[in-house]
Amino acid sequence: MGHAVIRAERLGKQYRISQVRGPRTLREDLVDLARAPFRRRGSAGASADDATVWALREVSLEIQRGEVVGIIGGNGAGKSTLLKILSRIVAPTEGWAQIEGRVGSLLEAGTGFHSELTGRENVYMSGAILGMRKAEIDRKFDEIIAFADVGPFLDTPVKRYSSGMQVRLAFAVAAHLEPEVLIVDEVLAVGDAEFQKKCLGRMQDVARSDGRTVLFVSHNMDAVQRLCTRAVLLERGRSIAAGATPAIVAQYLARDDAPSSSGAWIDLSSVERTGTGVARVVQARYWSEDTVAGGHPYPDGPLTVGLTIETASACTIPSLAVTLYDMLGTKLVNADTIAAGRTLRLEPGEHRVTLRIPELHLNPGVYRMGFWLAGPLGAIYDYVPIGFELEVAGLQAPGLGRAPTDDGMVTCRLELMDAD
Amino acid sequence: MPQPASATVTTIRPPKGWAPLDLREFAGAHELLYFLVLRSLKLRYKQTVLGAAWAVLQPLLTMAVFTVVFGRLARLDSDGLPYPVFALAALVPWTYFANALAQASNSLVEQHQLLTKVYFPRLLLPLAAVIAGLVDLAISFIVLLVVLAWYGITPTVQLVAVPAFALLAAASALAPALWLAALNVRYRDVRHVIPFLVQIWLFATPVVYSSTLVPERWRPLYALNPMGSVVDGFRWMIAPAGHAPGRELALAFASVAILLTAGLYFFRRMERSFADVV
Repeated sequence: MGHAVIRAERLGKQYRISQVRGPRTLREDLVDLARAPFRRRGSAGASADDATVWALREVSLEIQRGEVVGIIGGNGAGKSTLLKILSRIVAPTEGWAQIEGRVGSLLEAGTGFHSELTGRENVYMSGAILGMRKAEIDRKFDEIIAFADVGPFLDTPVKRYSSGMQVRLAFAVAAHLEPEVLIVDEVLAVGDAEFQKKCLGRMQDVARSDGRTVLFVSHNMDAVQRLCTRAVLLERGRSIAAGATPAIVAQYLARDDAPSSSGAWIDLSSVERTGTGVARVVQARYWSEDTVAGGHPYPDGPLTVGLTIETASACTIPSLAVTLYDMLGTKLVNADTIAAGRTLRLEPGEHRVTLRIPELHLNPGVYRMGFWLAGPLGAIYDYVPIGFELEVAGLQAPGLGRAPTDDGMVTCRLELMDAD
Repeated sequence: MPQPASATVTTIRPPKGWAPLDLREFAGAHELLYFLVLRSLKLRYKQTVLGAAWAVLQPLLTMAVFTVVFGRLARLDSDGLPYPVFALAALVPWTYFANALAQASNSLVEQHQLLTKVYFPRLLLPLAAVIAGLVDLAISFIVLLVVLAWYGITPTVQLVAVPAFALLAAASALAPALWLAALNVRYRDVRHVIPFLVQIWLFATPVVYSSTLVPERWRPLYALNPMGSVVDGFRWMIAPAGHAPGRELALAFASVAILLTAGLYFFRRMERSFADVV
């Protein structure tokens, strides 16, 4: 106990903007080289190519043996960069880190897979590249196949597999990796719900019973809270908070650069849509009335949706719907004004409409919100299948009285009637 | 079960200039090397009609063309051997070398998704490409023996030296490929340079002509090309008429050793930024 397995001290990673832009050609470098004598370092004449960006800066960590630590943060916060440095895929620009024990990293599902190879061949290939010994793969082979549930297709090239099967097999290999330190990035964001649950269960086993150290990056706050005892919040490359998971998750959800921060207007002018365009949803925002969750919706709590609708000509809208889908596109909730018997009559111009769902019966998780505007004769004015993603928070925080569960997507009331 | 207080400690630091070669880590990865070679072999002829027959056809068809152009039309001297045998003896190692060089040089770029997603000694990728080609070399060598039998030529006992020459050919391909593969990650120009380089190299190697054509005073310089010694070696093995490799062979080994060592250090220096720039 009390023994640091991972220690990172002021890690930093700097990229040249030009590196981000893509591979250079030899000619470009030769031209630069020829110009170099005429250019003073750091002078105003330096080209835009020399501009740099810190993907990660002064991040220090200390992780004890057997800890499961979640790394959370918005897009571009440096989560992946941190994992890549600790996995030795990229080298840091400054600082250092030390890791004790065999490190296994899982930055995508199916590393080393090749679509032309059979399932069996891919299990060996992927296992070997993730750091397993052949004897180890031999020993776990049956277990892996059972976990992936691809039995009869073992000797079929994986290009003939469904994408779900490919993911299952890929994760099954990864899940049987047994390094002392496991670094995992977002791999759970794939596969069907049933399989995701299985993966989470497996990760839990690995962490809890085997005493391995796990570093886990995810956008799925539910998974982070269920798996991780501690979390680190990154923002713009810096570690801004670390501590017990619920507090850090709450801080993350309340931050202002959230992808669809609750309460702020989300621009929908460039999302994919169909429809005649007589009326269009151009902006949306949503919030709950609870401040503990940072205004985020939570199970059985209220959800208010504000819309900005632009109309090209005067129109009547009997059907205005806000739809919630799961990440696989299954329609879960369709809140339609037609059911409420309310018809909107709008003049040309911009209108603000507010809808309220008093109780949102969704369990914690990430969902997608879409919109629908239709005219009296069934003419579709505007259909937005995916407007944005929103998170139903499952906070282990006071006041909400709800721990994260994996009991399906929809909540229900339950009363215990009798017990003998 | 994880070992309590494991002996492995990984230290991660910013790269600083030239780093020593980490041969111990490399040796520990022999199983992964085996799987990479196996994968390369399995993928090479997937979805081709002729499959591994390509390993036979490539040198044979080139032999036919060379025989017509250089043997019949240009009437080049062939050291007393029938021209097809003379050409094939050279084409067997040469085809291996040319393919291995190209495949190893492109190995990192072609498998860039591995570079950015998982850590393993990067050297394994070009090395696996060079090793996988040895299977084709073995197949085409058998073809050479068949062609020899057809012409009624009995190979000499010197044939036992074939592993040594195969090894020299492999090292000759790997050494420049280390440089090219590492540069290819940064400059995709390399991809276009390789076919050109291979073509020039073909003419700097006694494949279509006999090395006896090279003037005496140019010999030491000429011998720096290790493939020259490989080709001469193959001819020497099948026909006692070919001249025995001696001083040239020593020079070839020396030049390969230097190029390979420098290549390993260069590769080691470059590999830390592969995932950043690929």
